[in-house]
Amino acid sequence: MGKKKKMQNLTPEQRQYQDTAQKHEIKRPVVANCIKAFLIGGLICVFGQAIQLFYMYQFDFTEKTAGNPTVATLIFIAVLLTGLGVYDRFAQIAGAGTAVPVTGFANSMASAAIEHRTEGYVLGVGGNMFKLAGSVIVFGTFAAFIIALILNLTGFEGG
Amino acid sequence: MISGQRTWTFQNRPVILSAGTAVGPFEGEGLLADDYDVIHEDLWCSQDSYEKAQKKLFEDAANQALDKVSKKPEDVQFIFAGDLSNQITSSSFACRTLCIPYFGLFGACSTSMEGLALAAFITNCRGADLIMTGAVSHNCVVEKTFRYPTEYGAQKPPSSQWTVTGAGMALLAQKGDGPVVTSATIGKVIDMGLSDPYNMGAAMAPAAVDTITAHLNERGVEPDFYDLIITGDLGKIGRNIALDLFREQGTEIDPEKFKDCGLLIYNDDQPVFAGASGAGCSATVLYGHLLRRINNGELNRILVVATGALLSPLTYQQKESIPCIAHAVAIESGGGAES
Repeated sequence: MGKKKKMQNLTPEQRQYQDTAQKHEIKRPVVANCIKAFLIGGLICVFGQAIQLFYMYQFDFTEKTAGNPTVATLIFIAVLLTGLGVYDRFAQIAGAGTAVPVTGFANSMASAAIEHRTEGYVLGVGGNMFKLAGSVIVFGTFAAFIIALILNLTGFEGG
Repeated sequence: MISGQRTWTFQNRPVILSAGTAVGPFEGEGLLADDYDVIHEDLWCSQDSYEKAQKKLFEDAANQALDKVSKKPEDVQFIFAGDLSNQITSSSFACRTLCIPYFGLFGACSTSMEGLALAAFITNCRGADLIMTGAVSHNCVVEKTFRYPTEYGAQKPPSSQWTVTGAGMALLAQKGDGPVVTSATIGKVIDMGLSDPYNMGAAMAPAAVDTITAHLNERGVEPDFYDLIITGDLGKIGRNIALDLFREQGTEIDPEKFKDCGLLIYNDDQPVFAGASGAGCSATVLYGHLLRRINNGELNRILVVATGALLSPLTYQQKESIPCIAHAVAIESGGGAES
């Protein structure tokens, strides 16, 4: 709908040019990207599972309590790789595969913190750390609120 | 002086006395490594921020241009320069060090030729004896200004381009040895309604074609008058579109003589997607590579058309399309025939 409206505002000359331009556009390899994202994202999850099992069998964690240290470990690794300048190269190949898991969230915060370090700790790092992650939190919290409301109203309360 | 509506011809033939270039490590691994004066091994250029690194590149290139002809900053009357960071601070800060009367320019990636055209105009009408002009860009500064943090894992599409870390500066004089600037055509702002900031080549191609066509008409020459017509940073996509547009309007242009600076800098193994871009792209290629080829006698007459996308992150987020511009400057070898 948005695109259609946009096209209507174009002059015939602009429309003709966009047809010419479209012929030369290098398309995103969407299918290949999806497969890579699926495999690499899946591998990250398998790795997370391995960490969870490690915590469960080596230490005194249950399946439920092992969740927190597992996430912390993944975040630590993602932040470390971001700091070493490797994560973004990996992400160029993996795409959504590295963006969707918790590692992507960690990367978005760490990269913004590194980027704005030269502007100081308070206004630079502190003020910009949530530049990318902020919208995830806003819409995540809002979505959680709506779901909680629906559950309360309909009387479904999961256990 | 003015031919047609927007072309200047310079009868007094201002001379490019010398030029200096400074680039980052990634460019140093590219195809034109031998043509640069300074190659920094460190992306930070021994500074503590990328903005300072960009300023350092500017200063290095300026000092190289001065040193080659044993001039001092105080010998230079004016400087026309710019970059892509907010409020073009790197250029202004570098000029604080150089202490040369300064005109700050913003023409996005077309700044290099905007500066050269103005510098040539002023030199031609004897408004100065010695003028410096140039442009600088730094990959990480541009990423920060226009896109995501450098270490953020966003997947770039194949149509995106890689911003050059580099600066190119030139010294123009009324007399001396070196290539001469013979004419310049100033571009109009052209917007074909494209709004994808990851496909700048396609947005900028019509501006390049418009300026080149105007230049050829107003000077009354055919494309083969030039040994090389070289655009700034159209990349693979933009160059192909430009060739298509020339074909459609019936301008015969030899693809062998129609190149793009953005496709010359890096080798095929470097992951730069559709090509290089940035204010430093045309500046380093012209002032490093092309001037050397003119001085060697490999090229006699070239037309450099620097292309710029005049968007900001704000206009992009407000769903505005991308207005573009291109400025063309003709350069000939000093000993070449008068035209």
